[in-house]
Amino acid sequence: MLRFFFISTLALTPLLIVAAPERAHAAPQQIGSVTNQKAAPAPRHDISGIWDPGNGGIQPLGPAAMPEDGKPEHQVPYTPLGLETLNTHKPSNGTRSVLPGDTNDPVVYCDPQGMPREDLYELRTTQILQTPLNVYVLYQFGKIWRVVWTDGREAPKDPEPRWFGYSIGKWEDDYTFVVRTSGIDERTWVDRAGRPHSADLLVEERFHRVDHDTLELTVTINDPKMYTKPWVALNKLRFKREPPNFDVREMICSPSEFAEYNKIIGKPASGKDAQ
Amino acid sequence: MRNKLFAIVLGFLTVSVPLMAHHGAAAYDTTKKLALKGTVTEWFWANPHCFLRFDVKDDKGNVVHWAVEASNPSDMVNLGWSKQSFKPGDEVTVTLEPVKNGLPIGRVVQVVLASGQILKGRVVF
Repeated sequence: MLRFFFISTLALTPLLIVAAPERAHAAPQQIGSVTNQKAAPAPRHDISGIWDPGNGGIQPLGPAAMPEDGKPEHQVPYTPLGLETLNTHKPSNGTRSVLPGDTNDPVVYCDPQGMPREDLYELRTTQILQTPLNVYVLYQFGKIWRVVWTDGREAPKDPEPRWFGYSIGKWEDDYTFVVRTSGIDERTWVDRAGRPHSADLLVEERFHRVDHDTLELTVTINDPKMYTKPWVALNKLRFKREPPNFDVREMICSPSEFAEYNKIIGKPASGKDAQ
Repeated sequence: MRNKLFAIVLGFLTVSVPLMAHHGAAAYDTTKKLALKGTVTEWFWANPHCFLRFDVKDDKGNVVHWAVEASNPSDMVNLGWSKQSFKPGDEVTVTLEPVKNGLPIGRVVQVVLASGQILKGRVVF
């Protein structure tokens, strides 16, 4: 069904799309095939495809360009409110981490990651589809999607808060698609390290089609209530293009599975209950 | 001797490459490696982490119920594991990092099956 939609979407777009070289994949595979030929040039106004960031998207300590690792160059520019809110967040990874049983990370309990965290933690194989009015971004982790409007509309002035916010996208040049997301529910954490945000958060994503098989993503966080200046969370994270018949595996947070994990591993490991 | 050498190598790798780094290490004693022979009782293949439960007999013949966690199914498939990797009754040798509080919980470094096949639990970045 998805592949049909992908192909029919391509048929709708008026621009010439460079076809991927034919690859002999009878069965779906998890590791993208390596092509020995040099990549074809980037198609114009096209970031569609199945994109694999490799292990660089997992980002266990927080976003790749600003991890919570205690290094001075990774000090986030908090306002006093930002720091105060940060201290109410108890992550289960990074230098501020608590024991697994003590975390209040909402994602651990299967709350949606929301924006921008969906880009900044467990970013895995990502499928992008373009239609004449919008761009769909389909994420493997949580099996969720976002819609980015490209029909010229403005972001709502008084938005109903959404976990994933409200996204407007524009082509800055033929190969760079810039997305601005606002109206994000305050319950989400910016990242795995627990950085906070207010209702005023503005997230900018820059998707840059480098060549036919490479996409880069840069994410900037702008929230004057929590941060004294914008900061870059992800800097040109590289994605490799997978063939169109690539099967993306499920990664879904199941409350019942988490409860079982917590009973057998999480709580005992934290010294909460003996087995 | 081989286990000792292996443990030293693992110790070095643990310092330079975070073990399953998308999960916090706070609970685990990353300086210790235990290699335990036991019998599988359950293999839980699910998010957020797969885990293997197995029974180990100590010197006095008492049975200790161990549980070790691995990574999520997607990562484990990339390492060659599957939902069918274990069934209750399988004899295994599990190398693990134990939790700091002394309970029989750990995170898996590798498992050697009765066939001799080695399944590694390390995600290399």
